[in-house]
This record gives sequence, C-alpha cells and structure tokens, in this order.
Amino acid sequence: MISPLVRIQRGDFSLQDEIDALPAGRADIGAVVSFIGLCRDEAGTLAALELEHYPGMAEAEIARVAAEAVERWPLMGLVAIHRYGLVRPGDQIVLVLAASAHRRAAFEAADFMMDYLKTRAPFWKREHRADGTLGGWVEAKADDDDAAKRWDLAP
Amino acid sequence: MSNAIAKAATGARPVRIVYFAWVRERVGLPEETLDIPTDLATVADLVRWLKARGEGYEAAFSDEAIVRAALDHVHAKPQARLGDAREIAFFPPMTGG
Repeated sequence: MISPLVRIQRGDFSLQDEIDALPAGRADIGAVVSFIGLCRDEAGTLAALELEHYPGMAEAEIARVAAEAVERWPLMGLVAIHRYGLVRPGDQIVLVLAASAHRRAAFEAADFMMDYLKTRAPFWKREHRADGTLGGWVEAKADDDDAAKRWDLAP
Repeated sequence: MSNAIAKAATGARPVRIVYFAWVRERVGLPEETLDIPTDLATVADLVRWLKARGEGYEAAFSDEAIVRAALDHVHAKPQARLGDAREIAFFPPMTGG
C-alpha cells in the first residue's frame, strides 16, 4: 500500500511539480484527479484570509484520513497540501491529488479527502477586509458537515 | 517519589491547554499549563471547571455545544474521558479547505 504525502506549509505549491513527483517511475497509473481550493473574494471586500492552524494535530488529522482513503480505494498516489498564514484572493490554499489505475477511485478519493479536510482538519479562516479592518472568523457551514456525513466521517 | 505522593494527595495534575481562533481570543491566551483536579472525568467536566475561572472562559464556552475539543491531537466529544491526556485543545468548528 502507498504512503500518502501530507504537508502543512506557509508557502505556495505547484500542481505540476506535485503531479510530476507522484508516479515516481510507475507506468500503471491511469488517472490523476486534482483539486485546488483557492482564496475567493465574492464582493471585492476581501484583502486576505488569515489561516490559523493547530500545528501537530493538523498533520496528524490529515494523515489519519489519508490513511483511511488508502484503505478504501486502490490508490497509487495520494497528496494533501494545506497552507496556513496569510493568503490573498486568487491564491491557492489547498491541494489534493489522488492517483489510481482508473478514474472512479481517483475521483472518489479526492472528493472524500476534501469533505474531510473541511470539517475535521484543524484550520480556521479569518477575513482581512479591503478597507484595512479586521473581519470576523469565517463560520463553518452546515452543508460541509452534511457532505462529510456521506462518508460516515462527520466529527 | 515524594512529589508524586504530594500530587496524588492534592488530587491535581498538570495539563497543557491550548486554544485556537475565537476561543483563544475570548480566553485571552494561546495556551496555559493548569493543575486540573483529578476528579474531572470528561471533557465536559473540564469545560465547566474552566468556565468558573473567569469572564473570558465564560465567554469562550458560553455555548458549550459549539466549542470542539481534542485530546492529544485527536478529536474528542464532550463525554470523552480525559484519561491521562497531556495536551487538551479547544477551538471553534473548523473552516479549512
């Protein structure tokens, strides 16, 4: 069974670099699904998002679900990278890559990883507004919990 | 040895308690080491004990159903037993991803 790669980092990441590193010389991978979450500004009012995290637990918790994904689907590669610190609208926040022989397992594993990351990985977003003021903490969404429940993994 | 006996006699043990996001802001501290009574059995018991410590704690835990907890980096429900956890965390529902 493969070892998932989990990274929690302040800096940016490169999708292409991670895909290039993924197959590691094997030619039996037939599908790679990638998901990138971006910092979104809906109304032109957001200067940046500040991502607070729980060092140690963030890595441990994402590694636990990655291990579960590897148990549930026949994966040949699995990567989860989550940034912390200040990110600006348009910046990348999170990357999930799932590789398998066929597309279905790769799609499902990536979907599962993101539903989990939303509800169980210890990260908290706070808004910094374009007018220079500090906004509030982003509130958790009930539909994220509902999405995670599809996999029987809600907190 | 004598220290261990003294600790047992006083019925308290030191734990590191860490707070995140608006729980951290309301408590006013990112972390602290507290001697907690050994008769606190569950996460909910600890929350009630913390709330008696002052206004900041009262504000942080005003809605006990909202605040989440982790014992040694593992999510824990209010009824979870503290056991011999050394690091206990409290934080709002998560908003990563």
